[in-house]
Amino acid sequence: MEVWIKIRNAKKKYGDFVAIPDVSLDINRGEFFTLLGPSGCGKTTLLRMIAGFNTIEGGEFYFGDRLINNLDPAKRNIGMVFQNYAIFPHLTVRKNVAFGLTNRNLDKETIREQTEKFMSLMKIEEYSERLPEKLSGGQQQRVALARALAIEPEVLLMDEPLSNLDAKLRVEMREVIKEIQNRLRITTVYVTHDQEEAMAVSDRIAVMDHGLIQQIGTPKMLYQRPANLFVATFIGRTNIMDATIYQEDKGFGLLFDHGYKLPMNNLKNVQSGQAVKVSVRPEELIINQQRERCLKAKVVYSTFLGLNTHYVVELENGERIEIIQESLIDDIIKNGTEIGLTINAGKVNVFTEDGSSSLVF
Amino acid sequence: MGKQQRYTFDFWMVASTLILVAYLLFMVYPLSTVVRQSVVDETTGKFSLRYMKQFFSEPYYYRTLINSFKVAISTGLLAVVVGTPLAYFYTMYEIRGRKMLQLLIILSSMSAPFIGAYAWILLLGRAGVITKFIQANLGITIPSIYGFNGILLVLTIKLFPLVFLYVSGALKNIDNSLLEASANMGCTGLKRFFTVVLPLCMPSILAASLMVFMRALADFGTPLMIGEGYKTFPVIIYNQYIGEVGTNQNFASAISVIAIIITLAFFLFQRYLSNKHSFSISAMHSIERKKASPVGSFFMHVYAYGVVAISLLPQVYLIYLSFRKTSSAGIVFLPGYSLKNYQQVFSNMGGSIWNTIRICGAALIIIIVLAVLIAYLVVRKRNLANSVIDSLSMIPYIIPGAVVGISLIKSFNNPFMPLVGTATIMIVSMVIRRIPYTIRSSVAILAQIPLSIDEAAESLGAGKIKTLVQIIVPMMLNGIFAGAIMSWVTLITELSSSILLYSFRTQTLNVAIYTMVAKGADGRACALSTILMVFTVISLLVFNKFSKDGEIML
Repeated sequence: MEVWIKIRNAKKKYGDFVAIPDVSLDINRGEFFTLLGPSGCGKTTLLRMIAGFNTIEGGEFYFGDRLINNLDPAKRNIGMVFQNYAIFPHLTVRKNVAFGLTNRNLDKETIREQTEKFMSLMKIEEYSERLPEKLSGGQQQRVALARALAIEPEVLLMDEPLSNLDAKLRVEMREVIKEIQNRLRITTVYVTHDQEEAMAVSDRIAVMDHGLIQQIGTPKMLYQRPANLFVATFIGRTNIMDATIYQEDKGFGLLFDHGYKLPMNNLKNVQSGQAVKVSVRPEELIINQQRERCLKAKVVYSTFLGLNTHYVVELENGERIEIIQESLIDDIIKNGTEIGLTINAGKVNVFTEDGSSSLVF
Repeated sequence: MGKQQRYTFDFWMVASTLILVAYLLFMVYPLSTVVRQSVVDETTGKFSLRYMKQFFSEPYYYRTLINSFKVAISTGLLAVVVGTPLAYFYTMYEIRGRKMLQLLIILSSMSAPFIGAYAWILLLGRAGVITKFIQANLGITIPSIYGFNGILLVLTIKLFPLVFLYVSGALKNIDNSLLEASANMGCTGLKRFFTVVLPLCMPSILAASLMVFMRALADFGTPLMIGEGYKTFPVIIYNQYIGEVGTNQNFASAISVIAIIITLAFFLFQRYLSNKHSFSISAMHSIERKKASPVGSFFMHVYAYGVVAISLLPQVYLIYLSFRKTSSAGIVFLPGYSLKNYQQVFSNMGGSIWNTIRICGAALIIIIVLAVLIAYLVVRKRNLANSVIDSLSMIPYIIPGAVVGISLIKSFNNPFMPLVGTATIMIVSMVIRRIPYTIRSSVAILAQIPLSIDEAAESLGAGKIKTLVQIIVPMMLNGIFAGAIMSWVTLITELSSSILLYSFRTQTLNVAIYTMVAKGADGRACALSTILMVFTVISLLVFNKFSKDGEIML
């Protein structure tokens, strides 16, 4: 696969504050790439550096082989979708979509055809002569997308495009975005703080925190094999438990409080007696009626959500953890019931005590 | 690597350089001339504080300062007392003819104050119609309109609408639930007005009264016309500068500098007060207007329309007089009606109408273009140079018009830039005096437009100028237009610097009225005032049509 956007040692400072100390990454041609992280992690800053709206204090940005550090945003051939849409309120939908094309000295006929094409692609042709303020949020989002795509950019940049929509529309629009991107195969960089949204649309995701990339990978990889404790907690829900490494003849395993032992076969760089953090996702816990050779727990309360039932249980050390179980036809386990828990060893993740790196392969 | 780009040609850099140069040339340099002159002895040419000393040691001079303060403080208080209840009734209760009422209130603030003063003299002066009527029928001698009383009356009428606009704006921002909450806790009626409503409006009342204070302090036409022996310091500046006897330009400069320092002190004091008391309120549900009890409603209507009637009485009387027959010189009014005044005005004074349109029009266009550019630089392109421009653009707030006039004459009466007597110098002074207001309103409008709009245009390949002209300016247009009409009205009624700067070729309507009144040609002055008023009313109606919610910035 051909690398299209290449970033090497990017650095961004606001006065003395270093927003991005050092970031390098490659984005492939045609890929849907997402920058994901909590607010203030530097994801929007990085996107705006790619767009050319932020100055670059260090490092190199390439589109293909072309160094674009000092290229005017107007000449980067990017399409950008903004968080607040940034639709021009005094222009009709048609004129908004055509705006980028009119800046390219194309003939009228080409502009008209191209505008029609993208309005119909985004299903907004019926509103073409309306002013944006007469449109709903979702429709405005479609206009913004059509406008960005109409210039047939080499790169599409999207800055939290769905955060202003209500929950239902957000799901609908992210499917629209994914489908259009699939159809046009346009290299896309997408910024969001919503991990579910990122998982739904992306080919690959870069998880960022404190201006640094924590991990780059497919949604599946990030969920199942997070590189550190931050990624494990940021992507999906998880329970973090303390444990120590023990060694037996068969190999290494995890020793939890009160003697529950979990043999593992994929640990690396560990030694006996080492304290570790274990990330156990709620669905990786299995409830047993018998309490032998189990983690002992007591049900605090449960929530029935149709497909699944969530249990919050208290371990013997007072720690509370969450369990998700496929809903059964049997009764929901009553509050206060004593239960035993076992863990799906193949799926759990183990980290160093400081959480900085993973100990499984 | 980034440096290379920063130093290449950039439209905004050129714009900010040119604007900076213009400010230095037309404002900083002239004002520094005045400051320098104020501390230089006229005869020896050496540094001396003698004029400052002279001002503060001779009662004839320093008393003008006391007089000015008396006038400004009294006007400020009275305007609040008149304007606040009006705003309260207007926002909280159903009043018949609301729109009309607002228009009339604003209209009363729009005429040049000296014209108001002149009309009041005709009504209540020694030979005024009302004075004579009361004397003949009731045998009472009413207090003299000349001096402090007259100035206070005229300036209050001219300036209370500012308080009205500020306070009704603040009242609109009070959420109805605040009133409901206080009623819920047993606080209603007058008690609620004084404990909840008034404190919420306090920042606006403070801001408005300071505005009134500053304008009253700097006003020059009113005391000159109706003050007689009661002199305020703008009058002294004018007399020292241009009067018939014993002028002393350095002394005039010294008084100007004193005036600037005092105004600055008040400006900073107000800043301090409003920062200390500032809080932001915005209403989700504005106050719903209630129907008052029949008695209350009656008094509110009497009050509201009474205030408006008194304010507009002088203007109405002038219109009436303009259609009266006059003696051939136009000084004495004769029984019967005619259009002779208008005929004379159009045949002799047509030039001043055209001058008003061309000079004020040019000034207006320059003001709008510059204000938009400066607003863009200040809001979007913050850097050292543009911060300097921002601060410079605020200076005219505190410079009395007469001082602007004097500083320009002093600086451009030389062979390199002989501007004195030209239309250019009039335009320059109008631009300098009005532009701070237009900049403030443009900045407010631009700040509402998210930066991503500019970025969207840029990423779609639009250049800087195209982004400005095709995207930003059209989005600002409504607000700019509303502001422009207000500027227009201010410009056509400007007197304090025009009176110093005009020549026979650049006499505007307002100056023409003034010189005519000074000469005693009453009939034609009335006709000209009426024409000016028609201009104003048309502008206001246009404004009302285009402004979205009738929000007015004066």
